Amino acid sequence: MAGAESYPEDLKYHPEHDWARIEGDEAVLGITWWAQDALGELVHFEAPAAGGSVVKDEAYGEVESVKAVSDVVAPLSGEILEVNEKAIEEPESINDDPYGEGWLVRIRLTDPTEVNDLLDVVAYQAVVAEQ
Amino acid sequence: MSDDALRRTPLHDRHVALGARMVPFAGWEMPVQYEGVIPEHLAVRRDRGVFDVSHMGQIHVEGPTQEELLQGLLSNDLARLGDGEAQYTLLTNDDGGIVDDLIAYRIGPFHTLLVVNAGNRDAAYGWLKEREIRGSEVRDASDEYGLLAVQGPTAIAALGLPDAPAFTHAMGEVDGVEVMICRTGYTGEAGVELMCAVEDTVELWDAIIANGTTPCGLGARDTLRLEVCYPLHGNDITGDTDAISAGLGWTCALDKEFSGVAELRRVKEKGPATKLVAFVMDEKAVPRQGMPIAGGGEVTSGTHSPMLDVGIGMGYVPAAASAPGTELVIDVRGRPKRAHVVKKPIYVKEES
Repeated sequence: MAGAESYPEDLKYHPEHDWARIEGDEAVLGITWWAQDALGELVHFEAPAAGGSVVKDEAYGEVESVKAVSDVVAPLSGEILEVNEKAIEEPESINDDPYGEGWLVRIRLTDPTEVNDLLDVVAYQAVVAEQ
Repeated sequence: MSDDALRRTPLHDRHVALGARMVPFAGWEMPVQYEGVIPEHLAVRRDRGVFDVSHMGQIHVEGPTQEELLQGLLSNDLARLGDGEAQYTLLTNDDGGIVDDLIAYRIGPFHTLLVVNAGNRDAAYGWLKEREIRGSEVRDASDEYGLLAVQGPTAIAALGLPDAPAFTHAMGEVDGVEVMICRTGYTGEAGVELMCAVEDTVELWDAIIANGTTPCGLGARDTLRLEVCYPLHGNDITGDTDAISAGLGWTCALDKEFSGVAELRRVKEKGPATKLVAFVMDEKAVPRQGMPIAGGGEVTSGTHSPMLDVGIGMGYVPAAASAPGTELVIDVRGRPKRAHVVKKPIYVKEES
């Protein structure tokens, strides 16, 4: 099962409980510890196709537990370079390691200035505290 | 309904202390999971788990004419029961629809206990009470009892109980608490349902937890029952669906007179237009209640099977598309996903 609650300081966050790890003009996206905990053990990641695109604030996939399904919202816009096959084949890896092995997609940013709209860890933790 | 209007079982504080996620269910605040649906499901299939089902309703039907009353309202033939035996049966309406599905426990010639779904407690009680006849009395005693289901291959031994046939019951004791031991359940595993005085519920729960039984919530209860294709009233069967189409003809004694029997005979004679089938997904997707099935039909229950690690479900499809092996296409939020009809139950325990 999932590890202890954590929100790494080096990530940027979207209030819909998604994170982005910015690496130059690329970013890796995933869902936060809070999101996976709220859903419970994940059994399905409905992934977008590599080569497609994601639009900031819009859903690009779904994560589903035994009991519930939730949209995955893109914190940033970009072109999908890679989809994490492990998250598709073993969705429980999203619970086990939401910021590591459980990442979802890697994108090339189409508008790097969007990063300025995202939350830092302190601001995101304030969002979590209000849930 | 606001949360503070929800009812709580005597075990509410125990659930919270165990870290349960509490949710509204049929007017009750109930644990949906403790550690997680999947580990709880696996505990019941491989070892044992305990469920608080104290929200379920208990209706006593007593008096010299109680059997005559119930024979006219329940689909199964109560006359086949001896004292200490039980049967799965349906409370049917005049159109052959299903008011509730329940288990009838024969206590004696003048006394039957009905255990009904929490969400149908008032409907079932009202239906029966309105039809009382001279010499029978219907009484809702739901608030007088706690009910714990202890299910799984090690359940009986862990409770120190002797083996007994399924669908029997007897009075007994578990860790000093007087209980009605019912050899029934909703998981497809061996096990018991233990009914006790409401004030003894906490003591009974504590003793069962102390012997190493995994606490299980409504989430695992649903995945367990769906793997073995036990219908859920409100999803798979309702006041608008009939027993024959639902594959529950075996619970209907069509040679006796009871509410809706004429319509059920007619459906049986003609053959049902739609049938409740079980299916397994051929693509990665989790089917859910209400999803359309191409060619006419709808998913009535769906989940992810922890034992098979695929999406599974039940739904009504045209009779022509109901044979095992028939391919179905399910509309999963706009995406067509392939599935195929399987013989019930979906999950069959391997003989060990």
